Amino acid sequence: MTTEAKEQPPRTGPPAGAPAEPPRLGRKDFVSDQEVRWCPGCGDYSVLAQTQKLMPELGIPRENIVFISGIGCSSRLPYYMNTYGFHGIHGRAPTIATGLKATRPDLHVWVVTGDGDALSIGGNHLLHVLRRNVDLVMVLFNNRIYGLTKGQYSPTSEVGKRTKSSPAGTIDYPLNPLSVALGAEATFAARSLDIDVHHLIETLDRAAKHKGTSFVEVYQNCNVYNDGAFMEFADKAVRPDRTVLLEQGKPLIFGKDRDQGIRLNGTTPEVVRLGENGVTEADLLVHDETRHDPAIAYILARMEFPEYPVPMGVFRAVSRPTYDELMEQQIRDAQTQHGEGDLGALLSEGDTWVVE
Amino acid sequence: MSNHGHRVEELDRVTIRFAGDSGDGMQSAGQQFTNTSAVFGNDVSTMPDFPAEIRAPAGSIPGVSAFQVSFSSHDIHTPGDVPDVLVAMNPAALQAHLGDLPKGATLIVNSDEFTETNLKKADYDSNPLEDGSLAGYRLVKAPVSTMNARALKDSGLNTKQIDRSKNFFALGLMFWLYERPLEPTLRWIHDRFGKNPEVASANETTLRAGYNFGETAELFPVHYRVPPAHLPPGRYRNITGNEATALGFVAASVRSGRPLFYGSYPITPASDILHELARLKSFGVRTFQAEDEIAAVGAAIGAAFGGSLGLTGTSGPGLALKSEAIGLAVMTELPIVIAAIQRSGPSTGMPTKIEQTDLLQVMFGRNGECPVAVVAPATPVECFDMAIEAFRIALRHMVPTVFLSDGYLATGSQPWRLPEIEDLPRIEVKFATDPETFRPYERDPDTLARPWAIPGTPGLEHRIGGLEKADGTGNVSYSPENHWRMVRYRAEKVERIAEDIPELEVIGDEEGELLVLGWGSTYGAIITAVERARADGASVSCAHLRYLNPFPHNLGDVLSRFEKVLIPELNLGQLRMLIRSRYLVDAKGLNKVTGRPFLTSEIQAEIGAMLTSKVPVS
Repeated sequence: MTTEAKEQPPRTGPPAGAPAEPPRLGRKDFVSDQEVRWCPGCGDYSVLAQTQKLMPELGIPRENIVFISGIGCSSRLPYYMNTYGFHGIHGRAPTIATGLKATRPDLHVWVVTGDGDALSIGGNHLLHVLRRNVDLVMVLFNNRIYGLTKGQYSPTSEVGKRTKSSPAGTIDYPLNPLSVALGAEATFAARSLDIDVHHLIETLDRAAKHKGTSFVEVYQNCNVYNDGAFMEFADKAVRPDRTVLLEQGKPLIFGKDRDQGIRLNGTTPEVVRLGENGVTEADLLVHDETRHDPAIAYILARMEFPEYPVPMGVFRAVSRPTYDELMEQQIRDAQTQHGEGDLGALLSEGDTWVVE
Repeated sequence: MSNHGHRVEELDRVTIRFAGDSGDGMQSAGQQFTNTSAVFGNDVSTMPDFPAEIRAPAGSIPGVSAFQVSFSSHDIHTPGDVPDVLVAMNPAALQAHLGDLPKGATLIVNSDEFTETNLKKADYDSNPLEDGSLAGYRLVKAPVSTMNARALKDSGLNTKQIDRSKNFFALGLMFWLYERPLEPTLRWIHDRFGKNPEVASANETTLRAGYNFGETAELFPVHYRVPPAHLPPGRYRNITGNEATALGFVAASVRSGRPLFYGSYPITPASDILHELARLKSFGVRTFQAEDEIAAVGAAIGAAFGGSLGLTGTSGPGLALKSEAIGLAVMTELPIVIAAIQRSGPSTGMPTKIEQTDLLQVMFGRNGECPVAVVAPATPVECFDMAIEAFRIALRHMVPTVFLSDGYLATGSQPWRLPEIEDLPRIEVKFATDPETFRPYERDPDTLARPWAIPGTPGLEHRIGGLEKADGTGNVSYSPENHWRMVRYRAEKVERIAEDIPELEVIGDEEGELLVLGWGSTYGAIITAVERARADGASVSCAHLRYLNPFPHNLGDVLSRFEKVLIPELNLGQLRMLIRSRYLVDAKGLNKVTGRPFLTSEIQAEIGAMLTSKVPVS
């Protein structure tokens, strides 16, 4: 009656037959045959290029990589990656990614999203994927505008911004993506810039190697609807003076001449000049991304131009068990404790009786 | 005669309704009575009826919780139209349920609770136990609270705990009245309260005290015996629809060799499926309590993309939230199953009450031309088979499939003859593996299903999504011709499922004056009404649809063989709308949207009214 009892428990993976030794791949192996359809000059090209360049460096077989996105310009990225891809619906990429990763922890999953996709229509899912710490990389392209729908303000647009849907200026107070991520207990939170390609690929590399949800905000220029949104501080000429690089274990020093720094006065950051009023490197805030308490990361996340240089880099990188790992563990524990499920026994649980 | 001089009378069928305050444990008393009767060998059918509030004000009418169980020496299909016995644990329960009790029926009340305060809470101006208003009933006044307290005075429990056990005193009394064994409940008490021996012992004591009270008190001149039913041989258990649903999905996982993933957000009356599946981790079942309904279905889609059985479950309001994502599953042609356990609407409606008002939502509640397959179990036990069937269809045809149940099936129970595992359908799953021939939207010539190519398979890297797909390659396409072709493919793919499902079966004559056509949980009331009308010589048959999209291919033929068609539904005529538009048949509706199931008598009366050769309505 219970012949199925010995049946193998369902495997989660694909059919056997994957090659043991994957061939060495290069960037072009990750370029799909689809024509890229972003506007010429869009910041998205840079993120795509750095992502494609990073992939072979990770040493993960191409078939084990999945890019999942929602809706918006950035969410077209999976079409251009020669990996598995899923272009989902608006705001819901984290849900698809969670279901995939929870059932297929063997896969390397990326979520590609934008400021509207992640923070407006998909805001709820962003919070929950972060608190669960599903092991995936989430890249949020923040251009502070709705591009695909042709130029309405977004949840990260600055107050007073005049757009097609806010001719008198927006009255919506913007969200700070990193503040949201840290508030949602992100174990990895970082920021980079589309045009700083070295920093971008380094940051993506760090994100890919972190275990848990790696949240990366990329300031990305929309040259059609919000051109130059970040140029005040991102322009190469002013960048050293108007941004500050977060480096693990190092004091926060910035400026072309590396003569300025950030000092913490209570919970308020202050810009100080080294050598002035007796300020030395020892007075500066030393960056520690591994601090369990996210308070300082939060203070850094809220430093905005022009009051402060804009911090770039990894704000937080801490370790916490991942959702997929814990789910796997519970299944293993149940099977160790009770054995693998026996369908016949399950069906006849509780009080049964026999009719002759 | 029993050894205490009570007369024993043999009955064919009895329907008891237990009613009391939400805190009085009526659901658990009703379940124990049901389980005991099932183990005893009766056929049983149940209907719990409880408020959505966890604890409405004690003693108030909105706080009344009830459980109806019908048990019989022959096979039955409904929990009974009206109770033969009402057990009312307080005045509010009496006020709420007396209206359903026919004159001459037995009314057992906990007389201790008929205090001035409680009578006031239940809107009584005078005490019905004393003012003669219950003269038409066989009124039995049992001081349940004081007898229970007396039995448990040395139990070591506090007054509140003691009072909480009084449902078992009442249960013991009912066990005596209907000659039921105590053992199944004693076993349950010790399993349930094993870690709390004082409580276990108190429940046992008061259960026995209630039983003995029946035997020694002179309240009942007679007690009753309902002999076991002649059910088909086999091993049985009692099961609710939601339990059967959960087990069916696990069986689908075992029989397909693919792990089950269940994404769900708690919602009445679907939550029990989540509870059941969450404890079955040893079967590799992964449950995900999502942040919302959309996340639940999104995760199921992700799981299906990865090669698991992607399942989500909800009720009407949640289904509305899932609509867009179900459309994504239609576009990406991934085999998810959506368990939709209907409840009373619109909006929040009446969460614990019964309706069939989401059929058209399931059929059409999405943007675009967006067909899904729909199956609907007719009985709690059938939930098991149709859950397997939902995945069989989803996987073979690569199509999102809705399993459409309702609160009546979900919480109702009946005896289930356990199937032999090897008799369950084996579900074949084939993943694409060959990079030479793989095209994401290549179609199987028979079913039009596209291949299931899961991440991790070398050489099959491809992208899917919600944008229109080019035929074959699956690339994004805005071509008008291609869109027209794909729209028709998706429709045709669902239509072709009709070749893969059983024909509609007619119960009664294959042709005649009247066909009663139903779907879902109205089955029991319909078949009982039709059997009775036929026994009276009426030319009436019935047929019950388990497949709502597509319909069985012989449905049109069946309809054409009857002069008239009656479609009873707990909605304003949703199946009728589909049938009329598809088959141009002038079907009549019998419709009811009260949050309550059909009574057999209501359907029988309509059958009588529709037949030209009038037959008496018994």
